Amino acid sequence: MNDDEVPQTDAYVDGNTLAGPLSAVFGGDLTTATAVCAGCGHAAQVATLPVFGAPMGLVARCPGCSQVLLGYTDLPGGRTLDMHGMASLRLPIA
Amino acid sequence: MERTALPRAVGVGRWQEARLVALRDESASARTLRFDVPDWPGHLPGQHVDLRLTAEDGYTAQRSYSLSAPPDGNHIEVTVQVVPDGEVSPYLVEDMQPGDALEVLGPVGGWFVWRPEAAEPVLLIGGGSGVAPLRAIWKARASAGIASPARLLYSVRTPGDLLFSDELLTAPGVAVLYTRGAPPDSPRAPHRIDADDLDAHGLSPHGADGPPTCYVCGPTPFVEAVTQMLIETGHAAARIRAERFGATGG
Repeated sequence: MNDDEVPQTDAYVDGNTLAGPLSAVFGGDLTTATAVCAGCGHAAQVATLPVFGAPMGLVARCPGCSQVLLGYTDLPGGRTLDMHGMASLRLPIA
Repeated sequence: MERTALPRAVGVGRWQEARLVALRDESASARTLRFDVPDWPGHLPGQHVDLRLTAEDGYTAQRSYSLSAPPDGNHIEVTVQVVPDGEVSPYLVEDMQPGDALEVLGPVGGWFVWRPEAAEPVLLIGGGSGVAPLRAIWKARASAGIASPARLLYSVRTPGDLLFSDELLTAPGVAVLYTRGAPPDSPRAPHRIDADDLDAHGLSPHGADGPPTCYVCGPTPFVEAVTQMLIETGHAAARIRAERFGATGG
């Protein structure tokens, strides 16, 4: 929806949008997992991370320090997941 | 069928064909599409799917859409608002016909979900087409016969933009909050949702039934404003689940 009465200051969404791409890579849901930033140590659930980009290329940033935690691209040559900004990813008990 | 070993909340991780079986116009620019997906594993209200269109030349475009109806066998529904100049939504709303097919990945998402065993009160707040997953939660919860209270606050521009109007306009517990133009007999002047609206139509974090779980879905600025308001009125951040969608793409 384009709701033009509210300011579109930031073109970001949240980590819920990573559910499809990550499930296509891992075969399960990772949006309830807790990501820890390698830069500042901030811990947050993947679903709550600010996410920038378009469906074919997404970047999730740390809510604490804005470092890139996760980069995802889906290009004709293949899917790439770059998680070098993340110290750890803890999955909840299923 | 190793797929069936996965929990129902988990996306199956592969694309499969979805064939359109029914259409329902919700407004002049939004439509609910009902698909048959032969191997659909079931879903939780609040989950979404990724839809993929492939052109004859092989070009593909994909978008995420919330499932707007509770689980119903092999059938799923999405409700799509046209984004002018969008790549995917104009086809879904204006061109796609029963019998046509596309590809679906899902259900996906384990955070913005409502589980049938959850007995606590719920406060659902949607902006624009962000009401779609809340409608799935609302209907599922109603048919589960849960005793604790539920409220749905639906922020929408004008009466002509209302989705699910036949279900929501007269339903007890639902407040439709117009932002741009209201019906002539409306006691509330059109404006963006504010703390008075939360007081009048929401649920208190200190109610007798316990604090509600809050689900907020809409465009990013809407979600940011509403979650801030909820926290200021005493709702714990840990009880707020949000899903944001952007103004681009479509």
